[in-house]
Formats: sequence, C-alpha cells, structure tokens
Amino acid sequence: MNGRHIAADLRIVSRTYLRNPVALFFSLIFPIILISMFGLIFSTVGSGAVTLVVINEDHNAQGGPTAESSAFLAALNSTTVVKVQLVSVTPQNFSTYLGQNDYSAGLVIPAGFQGDYLNRTPVNLTLYTNPEDASSTGTVVGAVQGVANGFNLRAVCSGTSCAPTIGFTTLNVGSQVYKYIDYLIPGLIGFAILTSPMFSMVDIASSYRKDGIFRELSLTPITRAEWLTSRIVWYVGLTFVTAGIMIGAGIFLFGAHVTLTLGVIPFLVVGPFFFVSLGMLAGSVAKTPESAALIGNIITFPMMFLSGTFFQVSSMPPGLQAFAHILPLYYVIDGMNQVMLFSNTSRALFDLLVVLIGSVVVFLLAVRLFKWRDE
Amino acid sequence: MPAAIEVDGLVKRYGALAAVDGIGFSVPPGTVFSFLGPNGAGKTTTTEILEGLRRATEGTVRVLGLDPWTEGAALHRRIGVIPQDFRFFEKITPKEAIEYYRALFHTQVDPRTLLDQVELADKANSRFDTLSGGQKQKLGLALALTNDPEICFLDEPTTGLDPHARRAIWAVIRTLKREGRTVFLTTHYLEEAELLADRVAIIHRGKIIASGSPADIIRAHGKPARMSVEGSPALAAYLQMNLGAAAVMEDGKVSVTLADKGDALKVLTAIEASGLPWSSFTTTQDTLDDVFVRLVGQMDEGALKSETPP
Repeated sequence: MNGRHIAADLRIVSRTYLRNPVALFFSLIFPIILISMFGLIFSTVGSGAVTLVVINEDHNAQGGPTAESSAFLAALNSTTVVKVQLVSVTPQNFSTYLGQNDYSAGLVIPAGFQGDYLNRTPVNLTLYTNPEDASSTGTVVGAVQGVANGFNLRAVCSGTSCAPTIGFTTLNVGSQVYKYIDYLIPGLIGFAILTSPMFSMVDIASSYRKDGIFRELSLTPITRAEWLTSRIVWYVGLTFVTAGIMIGAGIFLFGAHVTLTLGVIPFLVVGPFFFVSLGMLAGSVAKTPESAALIGNIITFPMMFLSGTFFQVSSMPPGLQAFAHILPLYYVIDGMNQVMLFSNTSRALFDLLVVLIGSVVVFLLAVRLFKWRDE
Repeated sequence: MPAAIEVDGLVKRYGALAAVDGIGFSVPPGTVFSFLGPNGAGKTTTTEILEGLRRATEGTVRVLGLDPWTEGAALHRRIGVIPQDFRFFEKITPKEAIEYYRALFHTQVDPRTLLDQVELADKANSRFDTLSGGQKQKLGLALALTNDPEICFLDEPTTGLDPHARRAIWAVIRTLKREGRTVFLTTHYLEEAELLADRVAIIHRGKIIASGSPADIIRAHGKPARMSVEGSPALAAYLQMNLGAAAVMEDGKVSVTLADKGDALKVLTAIEASGLPWSSFTTTQDTLDDVFVRLVGQMDEGALKSETPP
C-alpha cells in the first residue's frame, strides 16, 4: 500500500463527491430530513397502553396474591390505558430494574395492603414514573389515582369521615428510560453507513468499468487495494460528519438521550469499511449497471429495514429476529446501541468483532474479485 | 537500436474466433507507426495486447523490451495511452487530473506546461464534464504524457473531432515525434496516417494485408497516376497511336495512364500537336485511402491473402 497513492485518490474522491449536489444532499441534508421525519412521527403518535411493571408483595397465607391486591391490579388492567406486568424484583432494586429494562412506569403494592385496606388503615403504594416521558406519566398517574379512588369509595366510612385509605407516593425511575428517538439515532447512523457506500460503490463499480475509467487507472501505478482503501477512508470521514449531524439533530430537535462516548468511533470506522467493500464486491460480480443496481438493492433493502434501523429487532417476530442476526448491519447498529445507550461494553465488543472479521473478509474478496477490466 | 515494439506471430482467440491471426511487425524507436483497419479488424485487440491489457493467445510481444502481460506494471510507467473516447472523473478539472497522475507516477511535471503543450491551458480549471470532445481528448493526451512516456499509444485520438481540434492533436503528435518518442497511432482516418506516419500497417480480419511507408504502400498497391483530359474519343485514339500510352474514354473524358512524372509533359505536348479540340485537364493519383479500400475489398472477395510479416 502506497500512502501517497491513497492520498492522491482521496483528493479525487472528495472533490468528486463535494462537487456533486445530489451526493451532498443525501449525505448532509437527507439525514436531517430522515431524523426529523421519524422523530416527528414517533414523538406525537401515542403508543397505546403503557406497561405498568408491578411488584405485588401482598401475599395470602398460601403465598399467592391477596384478593384485594389482585382486584386492584385487575381494575388497573380494566382501564385499558395501562397494562399490568408482574415481576419478581426486590423493591430496593426496582428503580434500577425499570431503567435498565426500558420501562417508564412501575408500582409497588406493599405487604399488608389487603389487611390495611379492609381495616381502613391508610396504606401507601409506591409509583415510579419517568418525568421525561410526560404522556405515559400522566396516563399512569391518572389510572392509579382513578382506581385508588374507586377502592377508597368502596371503603366503609366511619361517622362523617371518609378518609382515603389507599394513597400513593410517586418516585422517579432511577435510570434513563429510552425513547424511540434514542434508538432512532444509532439506527439512522447505521442506515447511512449502509446506504451511502453501498449505493455509491455499486454504481461506481459498474459505471467506471463501462466508461473505461478503471481501464485508465489500470495503466497507472495505483493498485486496486489502494483505490478501495481511499474510498473507505472517504466514507469513514463522511460517516463521522453524518453521525455528527444525526446526533446533533436528535439531541437538539428531539431531546434524545445518547451517550457521546469514544466507544462509538470503532463502529463509525468498521461500518463503512464493511459496506464500501461489500458495495465494490457486489459491483464487481455484476456484468452490467442494471444487474449491479439489482444486486445492490437485493443486499441493501432487507438490511435497511430488518437490522434495527427504524424498529427494534426485539419487536419483530422470532423468524425475522433470527434473520436479522445474520445481517451485518444488525451488529453495527446493535453495537452502537450498546455503547450509546446501554453502556454494555462486552456486547459492543462482540458486535465490533463480528463486523471487523466480516469487513476483512469482504475487503479481501472485493480486492481479489474486482478487476480493473474484463479480459 | 532495438525496436520499440516487436511483434511476432501474434494470435488472439476468443473461443473459435481468431481476432488477431498471426501478425508480426516491428516499430523502430522515435517513429510514428499507424495501425489501420476497418471496424472489427483486430486493431484494438492488438493495441490492448501491446499495452498489457489483454493476454496474447500465441506469439511474442515485446514493448520496450518488456512482456506487456507479465511486466505490465513496469511497462505502464514508461508508456502513455489514450483510449478512443477518453473519459475521466466528471467533476475533476484538467489541472487536478494532471496533479492526480503526477502523484500516482511520482513525477514533477508542471500541469500548466503540459496543458500548454496540448493547447488546453485555458481550460485548466474547467470541470471535465464541461469540456468538448476535442478538449477531453486533449486532456487524455496530456495525462498520457504525465509520466514522460517513451511510447504513446493513441487509439483513434481524433475520431469525432472537428477539423480544428484534429489539427491540434496532429500538432502534438508531430511534437512527440520531434521529441524522439515512439507513437503507435490507431486511426480510421487514412489521411491522418498518410500525413503523420512513418510506417503503416493495414490489418483486416486479424491479418496484416499491407505494411510499409504510406508511399511504399501506394506504390505497391495503388493504380498508376492518371491524366484526365476533356476531349473526344478521337483524341484518345490519337494519343494511343502516337504515344503508345494507355488512353481510354472514361466518364466522357480521355484518361491517360502516366508511368512517371515526365509522361505528363509528353501527353500535353501530344495533345497540342494533335490539333483536336480539348479544354481542361487534371492529374490524379491513388491515396492511401484508395489503396486501403481496394485492399480490404480484395481480401473480402478472397483475392488477397495476408502479407508475409517483414
């Protein structure tokens, strides 16, 4: 590899790219449009019933839930605005549990709830909400308040006093609760890492061959590996710019919460490395520009939608989830999710390793199969 | 001095088709060699083999003493190539293109000097996609010269260009020759070959059917010079009888074959002496174009076999 050749070619790539309004639009403006579009759509659309995670510590002698606590939870479910989900977690760890598992609401029914309620002794529930998720907080507080009022009215009043028996204390969910926009940022960065190099390289591979530009280059000292490397370097740089735009737009326009960590950098390098090489490989095996475009689309479109770009892979049917796990973009996006949202380094390293090995293999294949000209 | 290009028994087959069928020729250094032939004759295949872009099926090829296929990288540093219909990165200017090649070839050439040489200095900062066809070819020529090549391969460099642009390219080719470079020129324009080339080879159906200097080829394969006189059949008969010249009526004119330059004066003197009426006269001689058309036609009719390689 000759660094001077790579630098010379990089100047050509950058000038070609920066003087192409369409390429600039798709690199710099389109990401903003994309994130604005999805951000607006998903920040205003309601998500149906809010999951209310519940710890029920009020057990009967057989160890099962008491009748009153069960009735209380059934009443909550019947509101249809919340969906009760029972978990076995200690109340001390409940706040952390909610945060780590991306829940925005939780409720603790204390031991002795039924006894206190029937004895008209005030009993206090603990309700966890996420103040940054105003709509779900309002829904949950309203539902719990309404059900508690109903139960209180059912209680027998003594004399002229009908003091409420069931009350609740509201606490904040301890850890960050993620919103759609938080997931959308790594997803859309992954989308850019996939589409920009793939479509461009597939097109370049076929059009440069057709126009004889590869033939020209074959008569110069630049090697195929050097030429491909300069493209990779360019798209890595472009990915940094695109990622910066998306993160900035996500944070400033939609209040996204992502961790700005250096751990994301390897993915911004390895991702373009993989997809530039893959685009070149796809373009190299195609015989015509038309078949190159077809091959590019066949590779790109499933990854575009099934790798966690717009929707969480965990929300897909099991079959599609299994399919997603064989898509390289899944590991790029999942890795960025792990470092930007969950601070899960070990999982991120695994994702990085998968993409890195894939990149090296695809790069070597692309260099081997990509010919300057057909014999 | 060893030949710049040496080809012997070159064959290139694509399946059963022999695109190049046992040709041989030699190009001395510092000369302009023109390779002529109709479409599909095997010109481009031969040229690409010489450039190291295609592998020969059989035969020996040496360019600057190197095997173009196995020593292509070394050869490419010493040759310059302009393909037909040169294309380049659309958004790049000629100056940037030369700077790019300069970096790849590790040379110190000044872009301005090179652009001056091909008369493209005024477009140094215009993007490639805004250049005319002639200007694009000139840039191709400039890029081919970036590495100070010993041999320039020019594949139909003036096809589709206007007369002014063609002449500009011709001027550059003459300069290249003056600088002592070897030029391998493939062209459709016989006039171009006749004007520029020291030696010509005509290829058809993969075989060389004539080679030598343009004058040699015309002499060997062309018709003798003729004088055409506006006159009557009686004049033709008079000339036939008095000069023993081959004088016949052709398209209403008296056509007299001239064996050499001195014959023209003899014919005119005889015409004056005849006292028969006549008006104007013209002399004609076969061009390379006429010879080319005739040779290709003869080979198509099976009346001509390939030339024995020199």
